[in-house]
Amino acid sequence: MSETHAQTVAYVRDTMLPPAPPPVTERGAIKWLRENLFSGPLNIVLTLIGLGILWLLVSTIGPWLSHSVWNANGMADCRKIIAETWGPDATGACFALIKHRWNQFVFGFYPAALYWRPVLAFGLLFLALAPVLFSESRRARRIVLALATVLSFAIALVLGAPMPALAGMALLMLAWAVLIEIRPAWALLASLVYPLLAVWLLWGGSLWSEIAVLAGFGIGFGVWRAGARFGLFAVAAAAVVAVLWWLFLAGPVAAALAGMLPLRLQPVSSDQFGGFVLSITIGVAGIALSLPLGIVLALARRSDLPVIKLLAVMFIEFIRGVPLITLLFVASLLLNYFLPPGTSFDIILRVIIMVTLFAAAYMAEVIRGGLAALPKGQYEAADALGLDYWKAQRLIVLPQALKISIPGIVSTFIGMFKDTTLVVFVGLFDPLKAMADTIRASFEWKGAYWEPYIFVGSIFFILCFGMSRYSMYLERRLKRDHR
Amino acid sequence: MVSYPGVDNPPFRWSMLIYDRRYRSLTLQAIVFILVMLLASWLIDNTLRNLSAMGKTLSFDFLFRRAGYDIPQQLIPYNSDDTHLRATVVGLLNTLLVSLLGCIAATIVGVVVGVLRLSSNWLIARLMTVYVEVFRNIPLLLWILVILAIFTEVMPPPNAYRGENPAASMILFDTIAPTNRYTAIPSLGMTNPPGTIALGREGISWAFVAYVAVIVLAFIGNRLLRTRAQRIQDATGKRPTTWWITLAMFAVPLLLLTWWFGLHLIPPVLRGFNFAEGINMDNALVVLWLALTLYTGAFIAEIVRAGILAVSRGQSEAAFALGLRPRRTMSLVILPQALRVIIPPLISQYLNLTKNSSLAIAVGYMDLRGTLGGTTLNQTGREMECMVLMMGIYLVLSLLISGGMNVFNSRVKLRER
Repeated sequence: MSETHAQTVAYVRDTMLPPAPPPVTERGAIKWLRENLFSGPLNIVLTLIGLGILWLLVSTIGPWLSHSVWNANGMADCRKIIAETWGPDATGACFALIKHRWNQFVFGFYPAALYWRPVLAFGLLFLALAPVLFSESRRARRIVLALATVLSFAIALVLGAPMPALAGMALLMLAWAVLIEIRPAWALLASLVYPLLAVWLLWGGSLWSEIAVLAGFGIGFGVWRAGARFGLFAVAAAAVVAVLWWLFLAGPVAAALAGMLPLRLQPVSSDQFGGFVLSITIGVAGIALSLPLGIVLALARRSDLPVIKLLAVMFIEFIRGVPLITLLFVASLLLNYFLPPGTSFDIILRVIIMVTLFAAAYMAEVIRGGLAALPKGQYEAADALGLDYWKAQRLIVLPQALKISIPGIVSTFIGMFKDTTLVVFVGLFDPLKAMADTIRASFEWKGAYWEPYIFVGSIFFILCFGMSRYSMYLERRLKRDHR
Repeated sequence: MVSYPGVDNPPFRWSMLIYDRRYRSLTLQAIVFILVMLLASWLIDNTLRNLSAMGKTLSFDFLFRRAGYDIPQQLIPYNSDDTHLRATVVGLLNTLLVSLLGCIAATIVGVVVGVLRLSSNWLIARLMTVYVEVFRNIPLLLWILVILAIFTEVMPPPNAYRGENPAASMILFDTIAPTNRYTAIPSLGMTNPPGTIALGREGISWAFVAYVAVIVLAFIGNRLLRTRAQRIQDATGKRPTTWWITLAMFAVPLLLLTWWFGLHLIPPVLRGFNFAEGINMDNALVVLWLALTLYTGAFIAEIVRAGILAVSRGQSEAAFALGLRPRRTMSLVILPQALRVIIPPLISQYLNLTKNSSLAIAVGYMDLRGTLGGTTLNQTGREMECMVLMMGIYLVLSLLISGGMNVFNSRVKLRER
């Protein structure tokens, strides 16, 4: 410091001030409020509007929800309890309806003694999916396996499954879980068998017909392996032999085997299906079938072969151009016209076919987007390595293209699952409209409008929101760049 | 096929159809084509045999017979003595009406919610997130049923608006009265009507023609004005102020016309047990419209949000660095780039909304499916013809919408070198 300064400055502090805390308005809750809710005139207005909306929602729905009744035998009973507890003018939700009729929401008209079968099929779904969906993280996979096994067993126990069924369930699920843990490659094969197992569990009947269907694949595979050196001929021969087996031999063979050793479950017809069992059956089947079909369609649409490309474009644009309802009506009204006179097949199967075709067209467009987004260099690199078309697609193109299109694929799945509610218009018992109407038509639950919608809506929300969160997790897990 | 100079192509042998990559594609296409044709001919053969077994022939004669059913909501005059064809057209117009209303309203809702979801206001952003997630993850059918239940269960009957001290009151300055059967809205009236052009049973008001002509002329005038402004800007570097001329071009003739015709709103008035004077909108239409709007709006909000987020921050910073004002930055830099991302998925949402309007079946709104694919089908028993016609109409509609929107898309698309 200079001499002149020493005279002009009266006082110089020679110690540091202790650090003061920031002013009240610049810290803690007040700062957060100022920054996030009241940072300017526009924001203040918006906050007030938001609070108004919240207040409106809470004041209309809040009392109704808080006055909910969970134990009653009917609407009249419910209203009496509400009037007694909260005064004569109070309104309240009657969730006793859900408690009373939950089995209809979940299982439709499925025989109550057989509830364990859909439960087991649903539990096994997770075992079948575990090697595919949770293959990388061992911890996540084990949690999923344990939860699926224990929960389905416990639910079946609570629902009163007979002892032999329980024992069989436990044995099957434990064996499968162990298989996944020690022989992951075999577990994939088991996942491929799952659809037939689920069909058997859900619809019952003789297991031999499912085994005969499966044997067709085995025979075709065998023919192809035996004649592998003939290239395309072997593929054609395998296809022909398998089709011949399914058309002419599978039925008699299954009948003969069933005569020797009857592996039968009590059959359940399709009109007994309903509720979430129906939705999930159609949804899962549609998802499982539409993805491969969509991939084939997308590849066909990007193919160099003009005839194949034209066919794919026509199919995709036709399906995408009409509403799903019209396709469902085709399934229920017209499909019998297209088949040989006298044939008719199951309505659920028809709906699954239509839903699959519908979702596959959308899926094809999503995957085509992924294929187009892949840099051209990837295709050229595959060519330069001398890979043929299918090897290039399988090893280089599709893994990347599918990864890019995960969000689109999952949103197509979600859309399809939501669309399963439309089956009500062809006479099936979806949980949303048909079940709610059925229950409302009964004397004791007449006039229950909101409760079924709230219940079914929340289940759909949980399932669809869960799927979208899973897709986000998958995207993060598969991300290979910008770590 | 590729041929190389100086290399002799080997002579053609039949085995080349399988082993030579040049010919294999032809073989494959021929096989696929033959298989598809076989499948198609099998299906057609089955159909013809089934139809003849039932004693039916394919014919569209039924379209010209008397329909014999009523349609509550109609845009062109229709009564039960008209033909099935006219009923189909009424249904198609109803589909178009609810789709158009839905697209407009869903776009407004979607843009507002999409922008608000990015707002710095914590509360509003969260509320909008909840709205979007709830509506996207629950089937549309549920929203239709819930809104239907609100309208039938919660809304008052028309006579609740009656008397000195009514149980219900109209909303929006006494102009709209929602009831449990219809929603009464104001209608347009003219004190000095200019007459109509007669076109068969329909008539087009001269006033409507005049308004359309004035608006079209104003658009052309505006275009000329902008071209001139651009020319002056190119020559002198200064752009003349044009906004007030544009405003005048639109506003003055429209106001003049309105004054000349004496155009005014006639609010609905309760006469006896029902509302009269105004338009009583069928609640089926209102419910379907609201549900489609709220459901599709949630999807559009996500598209808008993604579009805005896709424009990198550097773009707006660069615009500010160039000295552009915020409004110009928005209109010249951010919006053109965001629109490029927004428009293609927006088109597919419009298509989805149009196709979802067939859920009118849940509320009994007589759209194309309700008339042609519903009552007409059931009355005439001609499933094949009705379904083919209905799917054809939906297909043409979808292709027209996507074609029209693609033209618009190609105009805003980035022109790459």
